Amino acid sequence: MGTFLLRRVGVMLLTALCLTFIVFFMTTLYPNLEKLAKTEGNFRMSDEAVASWLDKNGYLEPLWKGYGQWLGVLPGHTYTDEDGTVTGACIRPGMTPEEAPTYCGVLQGDWGQSITLKDDAGTLIATRLGLTGWLALCAFAVMIPAALIIGILAGMREGSRMDRSLSTFSIASSATPEYVSGVIFIAVFAASASPLNAWLSEMNLIDGRTLFKGSATSAMKDITWANFTLPVATIALYGVGYIARMTRASMAEVMTAQYIRTARLKGVSFRAVVLKHALRNALIAPFTVIMLQFPYLLTGVVITETLFNYKGFGWLLVHAASTNDIQLLLGCSVVAVFVVLVTQLISDIGYVFLNPRIRIA
Amino acid sequence: MEPLTWTGSLGTFLNPLFLFALFAFAVSVLGFILLNIVKPEPEIRAVNSQMAAEAAGGPGALLGMGLRYSFFAILALIVIYLLAGIVTPYGFAGIVGEVGVRFTPVWIALVLTFVLSITYKRKLGLYGKLFDSLIGMVGFALVMFWVFTAIFAGVFDMIITHPVLDQVSGMKNKVPGTPLGNPEPGEYPHYLLGGDTLARDVFSRMVAGSTTVLLIAPAATGFAFMVGITLGLPAGFYGGKFDTVISFLANLVLAFPVILLFFLLVTPEIREYVIFSIFSNNVTFPKFMAAILFIFPILFLVVLWNSRFFTQPSKRNLYVALTVIIGGYFYLGLAWDADPLGLISLDGGVLIVFVSVVFVNSPTVFRIVRGLVLDIKTRDYVAAGQTRGEGPWYIMLWEILPNARGPLIVDFCLRIGYTTILLGTLGFFGLGLSPESPDWGTTINQGRRLLGVYPHPAIVPALALMSLVLGLNLLADGLREESLKD
Repeated sequence: MGTFLLRRVGVMLLTALCLTFIVFFMTTLYPNLEKLAKTEGNFRMSDEAVASWLDKNGYLEPLWKGYGQWLGVLPGHTYTDEDGTVTGACIRPGMTPEEAPTYCGVLQGDWGQSITLKDDAGTLIATRLGLTGWLALCAFAVMIPAALIIGILAGMREGSRMDRSLSTFSIASSATPEYVSGVIFIAVFAASASPLNAWLSEMNLIDGRTLFKGSATSAMKDITWANFTLPVATIALYGVGYIARMTRASMAEVMTAQYIRTARLKGVSFRAVVLKHALRNALIAPFTVIMLQFPYLLTGVVITETLFNYKGFGWLLVHAASTNDIQLLLGCSVVAVFVVLVTQLISDIGYVFLNPRIRIA
Repeated sequence: MEPLTWTGSLGTFLNPLFLFALFAFAVSVLGFILLNIVKPEPEIRAVNSQMAAEAAGGPGALLGMGLRYSFFAILALIVIYLLAGIVTPYGFAGIVGEVGVRFTPVWIALVLTFVLSITYKRKLGLYGKLFDSLIGMVGFALVMFWVFTAIFAGVFDMIITHPVLDQVSGMKNKVPGTPLGNPEPGEYPHYLLGGDTLARDVFSRMVAGSTTVLLIAPAATGFAFMVGITLGLPAGFYGGKFDTVISFLANLVLAFPVILLFFLLVTPEIREYVIFSIFSNNVTFPKFMAAILFIFPILFLVVLWNSRFFTQPSKRNLYVALTVIIGGYFYLGLAWDADPLGLISLDGGVLIVFVSVVFVNSPTVFRIVRGLVLDIKTRDYVAAGQTRGEGPWYIMLWEILPNARGPLIVDFCLRIGYTTILLGTLGFFGLGLSPESPDWGTTINQGRRLLGVYPHPAIVPALALMSLVLGLNLLADGLREESLKD
């Protein structure tokens, strides 16, 4: 087990290094830097002015060196003016070059500055991750129980009418990406033109003009039923179908096993067979699937946060990417990549723990 | 011209019927659920005891009958709503009826396909078996509906009521069924599904969007399969260093959040970034990736022919030469935009969308193929082939691949659906395709800004996308079920 873990963590770190390097490479391509210089300086900069601005701020270092500096394994970039003033990436305003640290990279906990939001990228990412955490937590709290119940109900009697209808529902839900379900939800529940809302407000059943809100911006401060239901439902719906189908398949397979038949023949009631004998074995496969659902959840979060204007991590990622805010984008990608890799690792380890038939020395 | 209502005059006597059928259906569904909860735990059942119990009578049988009849009544009424417009004068059947009329060629083609397929289904192999499963048939119908729509709209210019980019004054954000202010003679008098923020016809854009989506999604999936198969076969068959390296790379791409990859690949700066120049042709980033990814189909076919016909050099040379010439022609045109005849070229935006979708999908296909090969290569017929002196590529391409076709076909259907979703995601973020493009993702993106007030411009393409993906998923499910029966 120890060597297995060690090897997995090693591969994970290597993957993370490769991926962040790719992101670093792509965000610091010269056209991107040129755009950055022009947004920071002014738009009518000449090519030489752009080059000297970039050189001064340390963007023209060779790729490997720049990456090492960002990571914090190479000393931070410094630049000496004609008149002898030293500026550098690690020298913050109000610091003398002597007291500034030599290394300032991600490894030292310094994520750099966001240019567009004028804030420390690390703090930005941390606060926004917190906001997204609430969204993801609610979505998971809805999605996983719903998916498991649907999958188990469908899988315990394969081919029954219940199985048919629940399977069709799960297929339909996995065919509805977030930007489709979100749009439909807003149109039905949050548009003043929708007949449902017109009827509800006519009957005086709701306070405002609509049942739910189409924007979740207010949920960043104060989560309420009205502003948080739709985004959570949007994220949960797409995932439910997939997890439910996996659970159903796994449940249906377990229900055909010999020991289930034995239990039935010795007179155990169907309910007890499902709950005591089948369930535990049927939940091994869905566990892996749920863990591997995190990367898809990330895409879902990005779409949903954009659609509902909830300024969490996904919104930050889109913002950083569309304004080419290099440090911020790099930070966001590191977090995203680590979420994916860590969940993969957990799913592997969990599979080994849950399944007594697999033992890795 | 009067504005159209949803069901027109037809609705005055059909709507009550429809509501009644819906009500009956809802009641029987609720009754069924209640019955299942209340019903005591049954004793150990025979395989078809449920059917036997229903045949015996009781509330279950009554509810079952109600369920079935109300369901069929709903279906029949929907068909009448859709098709009544064909025989009644214009406007009588309302928006639904007139939309049905616009789709007339599609209905005819669908009916023909189904009649022919069901008649000859015993001779058609796996495709014919599809018509034994209801789910599969529904899925196939949905998919073929959009395929025919794409063909009739894209090739014959039918179905569409107004040109896709035409802006008609006074039609901005108008609700479905609004008549044109002063239509010219011969112009279609209504915006069937309303107008969007730029006063364009939502219905026509949705129909035209199907052409874009159905051109890109299956083709991109096909390319991803070519890449995945060409790399996955040797990786699984030989194993070793090659496998380790390619698997690591595949996992690398898979660990990359899709959305981040899209944002990195599809920004204008990256699209115009010139990596190097060759023959006075600037190789931009998309071109570079296309040049690598698009060579796989040619490679695949050449190896395919060579491994089969290398004992008959004349035949082999003919096939390989044809592949290289035709494939190379398309390759030059599509990837390098250097078609010597100037016929084939791909717009830069479409190219990068195509390339990134292929790039995202191929590692998953690679993993599936590799897993299948690892399983199949232990079979006896592979050993028999080896003893007979068959070459490794012959075994991979002509022994293993045909035997892996079942799961691959199923995954192909699912993956087209996933690719459609990815294309929609790209459009939703306004990446790649031009904002004027009628494809569904871009249209949803434009419609979502005013969603609270005017939902129809976004809802229509959203439902279209959902129905296509749903059809593909159902089709895959039906195919899986039928291929497992073998």
